Amino acid sequence: MSVDSIYVHKMWNDHELSKMVDGGVPFPMLSDGGGMVGTAYGVYDADSGVNTRGRFIIDPDGIIQGFEVLTPSVGRNVAESLRQVQAFQLVREKKGTEATPSGWKPGKMTLKPAPDLVGNVWKEWKTSMAFDD
Amino acid sequence: MPEEFKPGCQRPKGGPVGGDTAAADSAEQTIQKEVKRPMIKVGQKAPDFSAPAYLKGKFVEVKLSEYLGKWVILCFYPGDFTFV
Repeated sequence: MSVDSIYVHKMWNDHELSKMVDGGVPFPMLSDGGGMVGTAYGVYDADSGVNTRGRFIIDPDGIIQGFEVLTPSVGRNVAESLRQVQAFQLVREKKGTEATPSGWKPGKMTLKPAPDLVGNVWKEWKTSMAFDD
Repeated sequence: MPEEFKPGCQRPKGGPVGGDTAAADSAEQTIQKEVKRPMIKVGQKAPDFSAPAYLKGKFVEVKLSEYLGKWVILCFYPGDFTFV
């Protein structure tokens, strides 16, 4: 979503993005002329008249589970956004009985919060797990 | 799910749906709303909105609340044809 019109979105997709992605952008390219939606999400910068690089993860109940906002010159890490969605999906599926520690990726171990885990996380989780293998 | 529409000469508009942000009758009210607007927080409802969109060759109207039951990644960015 940006403040550009749907016509500019079409031109950008048809003339540039479709050269990067086969078949073009597969999801809706939303237009926020005037920045009213960006304002509601706290990412509209009235001084420059554009939305900053905000990314929101919204669950099936419409609840915001996470967000990240960057200034324009730094791009996002799409893989990290997908990893976060996978982590939120796991936590939701396990109804909060499992938590994903720092560095978690699908297939890696989760923690099961319980009284005996207090003070004993060091036995289960090592700092090396915070980093990609 | 998003509904297609035929574009006219007037640029289609969208915006927040419901809640405090629904309509601003006067500049004064708008300013008051700006001041009172709560910070976005995790664990809270995502503000609903309706917005025109371009999707695979069609112009459609997208409403966030139509995606209830699905996971959504909503991305804002500064502008088309920029570099990042």
